[in-house]
Amino acid sequence: MGDYLLLLVATVLVNNFVLVKFLGLCPFMGVSNKLETAIGMSAATTFVLTLASVCSYLVNQYLLVPFGLTALQTLTFILVIAVVVQFTEMVVHKTSPTLYRLLGIYLPLITTNCAVLGVALLNINEQHNFIQSIVYGFGAAVGFSLVLILFSALRERLAAADVPVPFKGAAVAMVTAGLMSLAFMGFSGLVAVA
Amino acid sequence: MSIATKEIEAGRIWDFPGGIHPPEHKHRSNQTPIAQLSLAETFVIPIKQHTGAPGDIIVAVGDHVVGGQPLTDAGLNNGLPVHAPTSGTITAIGPGRIAHPSGLPDTVITLTADGRDEQVTMPPITDFHERGRSELLDRIKQAGIAGLGGAGFPTAQKLALQRPLDYLIINGVECEPYITADDRLMREHAQTIIDGIEILLHLAGCQKAMLAIEANKPEAIAQFESLLPHHPAISLRVVPVKYPSGGEKQLIQLVTGRQVPSRGLPLDVGLVVQNVGTAYAVARAVLAGEPLIQRVVTVTGDHVERPGNYWVRIGTPVAELLHQCGFNPGPQQRVIMGGPMMGFTLPDLTVPVVKITNCILVPSYAELPPPAAEMNCIRCGACADVCPAQLLPQQLQWLAKAKDYDGLEKQNLFDCIECGACAFVCPSEIPLVHYYRKAKAEVRQLAREKMKSEVARERFEARQIRLEREKQERLERHRRAAEARKKAQAEAVAKGADDPQDAIQAAIARAKARKAAQAAAAAAKQSDDESNV
Amino acid sequence: MSLITALIILGVLALIFGIILGFAAVRFHVESDPIVEQIDALLPQTQCGQCGYPGCRPYAEAIANGEEINKCPPGGETTIKNLSELLGVEAKPLDAAHGAESVKKVAVIREDECIGCTKCIQACPVDAILGAAKHMHTVIAHECTGCDLCVEPCPVDCIDMVPVPVRPDNWQWDLQQIPIRVVE
Repeated sequence: MGDYLLLLVATVLVNNFVLVKFLGLCPFMGVSNKLETAIGMSAATTFVLTLASVCSYLVNQYLLVPFGLTALQTLTFILVIAVVVQFTEMVVHKTSPTLYRLLGIYLPLITTNCAVLGVALLNINEQHNFIQSIVYGFGAAVGFSLVLILFSALRERLAAADVPVPFKGAAVAMVTAGLMSLAFMGFSGLVAVA
Repeated sequence: MSIATKEIEAGRIWDFPGGIHPPEHKHRSNQTPIAQLSLAETFVIPIKQHTGAPGDIIVAVGDHVVGGQPLTDAGLNNGLPVHAPTSGTITAIGPGRIAHPSGLPDTVITLTADGRDEQVTMPPITDFHERGRSELLDRIKQAGIAGLGGAGFPTAQKLALQRPLDYLIINGVECEPYITADDRLMREHAQTIIDGIEILLHLAGCQKAMLAIEANKPEAIAQFESLLPHHPAISLRVVPVKYPSGGEKQLIQLVTGRQVPSRGLPLDVGLVVQNVGTAYAVARAVLAGEPLIQRVVTVTGDHVERPGNYWVRIGTPVAELLHQCGFNPGPQQRVIMGGPMMGFTLPDLTVPVVKITNCILVPSYAELPPPAAEMNCIRCGACADVCPAQLLPQQLQWLAKAKDYDGLEKQNLFDCIECGACAFVCPSEIPLVHYYRKAKAEVRQLAREKMKSEVARERFEARQIRLEREKQERLERHRRAAEARKKAQAEAVAKGADDPQDAIQAAIARAKARKAAQAAAAAAKQSDDESNV
Repeated sequence: MSLITALIILGVLALIFGIILGFAAVRFHVESDPIVEQIDALLPQTQCGQCGYPGCRPYAEAIANGEEINKCPPGGETTIKNLSELLGVEAKPLDAAHGAESVKKVAVIREDECIGCTKCIQACPVDAILGAAKHMHTVIAHECTGCDLCVEPCPVDCIDMVPVPVRPDNWQWDLQQIPIRVVE
């Protein structure tokens, strides 16, 4: 139990997927203009990441490994992720048309979010068992959500502030993201996990 | 009794968040009793001196009126009447300068005084305890009384409440620097004010009143301390000196600890607040039948020779007022109507004194430096520390500059009382209140336009339906006419008349025969000519 | 051998996923998109036709089908901004080919010259003109949206478009505009 908690904290803070591993930057920059959109995106990504992590593990463990097809991991994982994202898209479209319209193109783009494929592949690399895979996927999603929501709150304030004209928009957002990344480096050494 | 009510009864004074302590400058104008001014020659009376629709004008150019005669009446819009300040002739009714920061004109009635100052009053009501609410409310309305504290809300409307009242609070705080009108009024006419409070209590069906005075008015406090023991329904509350303690919501928090809900009214927490000047005017209207034709105005500042308080007739142009007080303008002199925190600069001196004018301030540059150039916000947060409504002025300023109206709504822009405490402390000299007023005006404008476009859409759709219906009716009419025609024809044929078809065929046959005959004749002629050659 | 296994495994996976998605598509099927109503709610409803469409509703439907959002002069920058937020498209400046944003106006009929032909009444999209054949026509100022459509049909050219006057109660606190005279 303590190990799982440690893994969770490490994935959320120390090895944050967005600010330390620099995966999943596309939705990070693209969806963080408004806080509500960011919260919606976080929920969608959490769902996709956890589910994709589990399915990838299962497919790998019970289909690819027994048949010696580990070379097909990338291909199969993309297939799994695409299916999960498509499913999520349909659910979001049905339950919240506003969110569906706000997220726009970024909802199907979760498929190409390198964080999702990254989690699936890193689970294999790190030789996580089933529970660890779930925790890892969920932790990655929580870390992504945390950073996305913080960043979008900052960007809402920046949109109204007196930023010098050459820096307005994406430029100052990048600078802010860099500063956040520096801040998150402060977490290194928090947990004795690589 | 709940604990809170017990504490209110015990006289506890709470506190409100924020607030500032600007230099008071009150001693410059409160040393002398309220003086009378000599009458001006011309008076300019705007028909709208209150919050709400103006009344209908009931006089015409050339009419002779006496002082106290109503110049407008309630009319269809339930406006508040305005009265002639003195006797004279109406010389003009039309657009003129009014007391508004925009400098835009509105309808005014110009009166030339005849010097005789004849006055007419309504019958005094000395036994107001025996009278009903509606009678007294009508008297207050007929007297044209609006809130003299500055907002100008018609008093009769404010008191026509449908909900029970816990306390009536009388606002004698006058927290803004320089202004001492209420102070002198309380010192000199304390008994009349108390009578006014009694009338208001009877009117509102309320048992208890609290008279709040700021601690920097010891003489007024002493006056009331000696008189109030005879009036057990009214208790005195002395509040510490802080700006803006005199704000309605802040005063409520000070003397009762209750907070008026966001976008709500004091009535929501069982309270009504009235200014001491309004209480005085109510007493005069009921007990002496006097309509509201004059009020106490503080004239102060470095550039008047005789600063002090004066009874000024409503409609007196500021130029006249200043002239009588010894106006000594400096270069580029500003004249402010109101106090240094919430007043506005007058565009010129033809502006008349109206019901809500409490002060004319004529400062020198040393006294009140002109606004400096706005610098960048350094995000120091001093504004949020002093805001009495617990808002975030810094955020409001960013959002107002970015025109983010949804964000402003979330930050409760409309709870801002525009007291100016935030702008007072801002180290970058940002005119914060100006940005909020502009943003509020823009939000109101957007709401108006949205409503207008809703109505336009409904009218458009109604028109489409009407056109469609008219078209259908026309087609229906044509169809029925055609059917009726065919039916009539069929009936006629059945009765034995010629089938119109027969007639048509006969006509066609005749035409053919004629043509054939013509052709034959032409051919015969031709052959004739040939044979004759 | 392993190639055949790989193909079979992938094929089976694809089949399973396809069935799941198929069920999901039926289960979570969404009817129509009420986006047109939402777009129409943001348009100013002047029904003026300056966007090139015969009214605000047709333009809303066109926008839902991908038309540019910057064609409405009466709506101005505010409408473009609102539409860009609603639809998630970029807010472009107002397309000058469709007119420029100007102050709000209302139509006023010069009654001395009106001949009572009812052509303007038929043109007004919100029925803001009161009158009948051979009777005086007048514009109900409160209902006029300033769309300009009545000016053209008038055979005696007796309709003026007058800017809405600024009064103290709708003043927008433009402090720079106040004419302050120096007091001497």
